[in-house]
Amino acid sequence: MPSLPTIEQDQIRHAKNAPDGGAFDAPSQMRDDPYHDYLLRLGDDSLVLGQRLAEWCGHAPGLEVDLSLANLALDLIGQATHLYDHANDGDGDALAFHRDVLDYRNCWLVEQPNGDFARTIARQLLFSTYQHLLYRELSASPDPFLAGLAAKAVKEVAYHRELASDWTIRLGDGTAESAGRMADGLDWCWRFIPELFEVDAVLEELIARQTVPDPRGFEGEYKAAIAGVLAEAKLEAPADQRPILGGRRGHHSEHLGHLLAVMQHLPRTYPDARW
Amino acid sequence: MSAEVGGGHDWPLWEVFIRSKGGMAHRHVGSVHAPDPKLALAHARDTYTRRQEGISLWVIPSNAIVASDPADSGPLFEPAEDKVYRHPTFYDIPDVVKHI
Repeated sequence: MPSLPTIEQDQIRHAKNAPDGGAFDAPSQMRDDPYHDYLLRLGDDSLVLGQRLAEWCGHAPGLEVDLSLANLALDLIGQATHLYDHANDGDGDALAFHRDVLDYRNCWLVEQPNGDFARTIARQLLFSTYQHLLYRELSASPDPFLAGLAAKAVKEVAYHRELASDWTIRLGDGTAESAGRMADGLDWCWRFIPELFEVDAVLEELIARQTVPDPRGFEGEYKAAIAGVLAEAKLEAPADQRPILGGRRGHHSEHLGHLLAVMQHLPRTYPDARW
Repeated sequence: MSAEVGGGHDWPLWEVFIRSKGGMAHRHVGSVHAPDPKLALAHARDTYTRRQEGISLWVIPSNAIVASDPADSGPLFEPAEDKVYRHPTFYDIPDVVKHI
């Protein structure tokens, strides 16, 4: 490994000129383009959840579960790679590793810390069910890139959804301890559901162009599906809580900054390093 | 893999069999721990088919397998040792016949 590069004067100037509330050392890569924004939303959801799941590597309850979670992570990171490459003319790594937290467009649900295994499964159930329905609809998009990506990813995500449902049922309908942990995990994640179905101006425009599906079109199906899994798991749905919104506009919990610091540390310290 | 969270070490063992492609028999590839049949299949999929190893999976509870006793290997297997005429080595197999 090379030693740390010397900080140059123009880098200090660049930091001093950073806009208020904006990116402090990576220039913002946001464009005023709803389609570009949408690619980032999908890509960031997948990348951030993939990174979260990868944190389980070597720590999961059992070797087989370790591999299960790593497989989900690799599916998700693969989706993000395609989306970023498409959004950035083949240089997806720049979007993943040289973008600051305020430019990330993922939903709050995926950036939530892993917690215990039950909370990770709760997060996976709530996200994979949404992602499965979304990609199912998106595979009929007239946009050939989105349709192609969704057609491939929908099979991966169907498995994620199935696995998360199976685990939810086993933990919920398991011991008193596993049921309690599963209920706590759902309780933690529940307030992030409304954001998945939020339609803002960006989404409105893409829906009007008929490029992407309106998530409200499958919101009822989503709620019924989650209710079905919870019933089989003998779990009560948590009470509705004040929804937390803003991820699609770059407003995130503090957790995302820490996740990005870990994930981006090497490529940002040693730009263009190869290994 | 911390023991105090209970995963894995108290789950039953399952034997995993994979059919690599159509027309081939399922072959034993290893084993997984899992709490029930459905998750045994998921664990087998996640552990043994990550590199396109197969198109079909079987999992079987390890304790359902009836195994021969190593102490009986004399009477069971040694009588075959001098029956070379049972091997199909006395004629040529056509090149087009695969998997023999």
